[in-house]
Amino acid sequence: MSNSALPLIMGIESSCDETGVAFVRGCELLADEVASSVDEHARFGGVVPEVASRAHLEAMTPTVRRAAERAGVRLSDVDAIAVTAGPGLAGALLVGVSAAKAYALALDKPLYGVNHLVGHVAVDQLEHGPLPKPVVALLVSGGHTSLLLVRDLATDVRLLGETVDDAAGEAYDKVARLLSLPYPGGPPIDRAARDGDPRAIRFPRGKWGDGSYDFSFSGLKTAVARWVEDAEHAGRAVPVPDVAAAFQEAVADVLTRKAVDACREHGVRHLVISGGVAANSRLRRLAEQRCAAAGVEVRVPRPRLCTDNGAMIAALGAEVVAAGLPPSPLDLATDTSLPVGSVMAG
Amino acid sequence: MLLLAFDTATPAVTAAVCEPVHDGVRVRAALSSIDARRHGELLAPGIRTVVAEAGAALADITHIAVGIGPGPYTGLRVGLATGHALAEALGVPCVGVATLDAVALASGRATPFVAATDARRKEVFWARYDDAATRVGDIAVDRPADVDTRGLPVIGHGARMYADVFGQDPDAAEPLHPSAAALGEVAVRALVNGSELPEPRPLYLRRPDAQVPGAPKRVRRPLAPGGTGAA
Repeated sequence: MSNSALPLIMGIESSCDETGVAFVRGCELLADEVASSVDEHARFGGVVPEVASRAHLEAMTPTVRRAAERAGVRLSDVDAIAVTAGPGLAGALLVGVSAAKAYALALDKPLYGVNHLVGHVAVDQLEHGPLPKPVVALLVSGGHTSLLLVRDLATDVRLLGETVDDAAGEAYDKVARLLSLPYPGGPPIDRAARDGDPRAIRFPRGKWGDGSYDFSFSGLKTAVARWVEDAEHAGRAVPVPDVAAAFQEAVADVLTRKAVDACREHGVRHLVISGGVAANSRLRRLAEQRCAAAGVEVRVPRPRLCTDNGAMIAALGAEVVAAGLPPSPLDLATDTSLPVGSVMAG
Repeated sequence: MLLLAFDTATPAVTAAVCEPVHDGVRVRAALSSIDARRHGELLAPGIRTVVAEAGAALADITHIAVGIGPGPYTGLRVGLATGHALAEALGVPCVGVATLDAVALASGRATPFVAATDARRKEVFWARYDDAATRVGDIAVDRPADVDTRGLPVIGHGARMYADVFGQDPDAAEPLHPSAAALGEVAVRALVNGSELPEPRPLYLRRPDAQVPGAPKRVRRPLAPGGTGAA
C-alpha cells in the first residue's frame, strides 16, 4: 500500500459517552470502531458520568480488538498510541488513558496524550486530505462550542472564542426536552424544523455583535422555555416545527456569523466545522451560503467523523508524530479542562 | 508461571510479580504507594518498575491478576482497564481477585475476623473471614453501625476510620490496605490448585447515582391571583 511507510497510529477516545478506537496511517483511515452508551443516558436527558465510565471499561478491549480486525493489523504492528487526555469527564478519560498506557507499555511503543478538541479539527484530514494552513475551525457539540485559529495542528492552535455558558448541543438537548422530543435533541429538532418557519418567532442571538468570538446559548434556551410556557398558559397548541426552526435559526445564525467574521479578520480562506452539531442541516446550509459570499471554502467531515470517535485522536496522533513532538510520559495525568491551545497534555 | 498482580481499588496503588515455588508462592518484587488521587499516574510506571525489579520483561509475564474491588470506582477502573489492555496486548490470561481478600490474606490471621475498607459516603465494604485465606459469604456495603461483626475483630482501613463505631483500638486494624504481593499470592494459589477465580470485572455493589429528570423547570413564576403573567 502506498502509505505503508507511514507510521501506524492507534487512537483511543473515551472523553464522554463514546468508546472509540481507530487505526490511521497519515491521512488514511484503516478502521474506526465506536461503542456508544448514548442509549443508557437517554432516559436521564444527558450523559451520566458514572454510567459512561462503566460502559467505557466494558467496551474498551473489545473495541480495540474489533478495530484491529477491521484494519487488518496486529497490535504488534502499531508504531504509536494516541489517546484523549482531555478535556472531558474525569472518570471516562481515565479509562481510555489507563488502557492506552497499558498498550504502550506492553507493546513498548510511544504514548501521546492529545487534546480532544484539536482532534475534532484533525479528523477532517481523513476525509478531505491535508488541511490548508491556516484554517478557522468551528467546534460545536454537546460539550463544546469553540472557534479556533489553527496555523498548525500539532504546534499552533489558538482559541478565538467559546461559549460562556451552555454548549450549542446542550441547548439542543434542553429545547428538545421542552418540546417533548427525544434525547439527543439535535436530530429530532432538525427534523421538526423542516416543516417550520424560522421567521415565525424571533429568538435572541446571544453575544451577537459584541465584538467577541464568544457564544452564549443559555438565554436562548430560557427564551424558548418562556415562549412555550406562555403558549401553554394561553391555551394555545405549541407549534413545534416553528419553535424548532426559529431556535435552530438563532443557533446557526450566530455560529456562522462569528465563524465568517473570524475568517475575514484573520484573512483565512478555509473554515472547518466539526463536532456533533456539524451534522445539523441548517448550520451546514447557512455556513455554505455565508462562506461562499465571503470567498471562504467550508470543510465539514461526514457526520460519522464529526461525532466523538477514535479516528480524530489517531489523526491528531499522526500529526504530532510527524511533527516530531516528544511522547507523553507513562505518568501522564488526565486533564478535564485541558485548554485547546495545548495540543498535547502535560 | 510468572504472574503480574496489581490493585487500585483503595488509596494504595500496588503492584507485584509472583511465581509458584514448591512450597508456596515467591514474591519476586513488590511495591506500593498510598495516594488516593493519583492511581492513573502511578500504576503504569509502577508496573514497569516492579517488572524490572523482578529481573523480568513484560514479555515474560504469563498471567495477570487484578483487584476487582470493591472500592471507589474511578480508581478501581484504572486497575481493571490496565489489566484488560495488558492481557490483550501480551496475549495472556487476566484473572480477578477480590481486593478485600488480599487485605484479609495479608493479616495472616488463623481465627475468624471481619475485613472492612472505605466505601465513601460513610459506608464500608466488608466481609467475614474464617481465617486469612477463607472468606465466608459475599462482600457487602453498609454503614459501619450496620455491620454485623458478631463481636469479631475488624481489620482494614474501614476498621481504622470507624474504630469508635466498631469499639476497638484503631491501631489494631492492620493491615489497612491490600498489597499486590498478597493479591498475587491469592491468584497463584488458585491457579496452581485449579480453583476458580472471579472474572476481571469490577465489583461495584452500588448502582450509578442518576435520577430520571422530572418535567422541565418553569422559568416564569406562578401567576399571582389577578396577575397578568407579564414578565
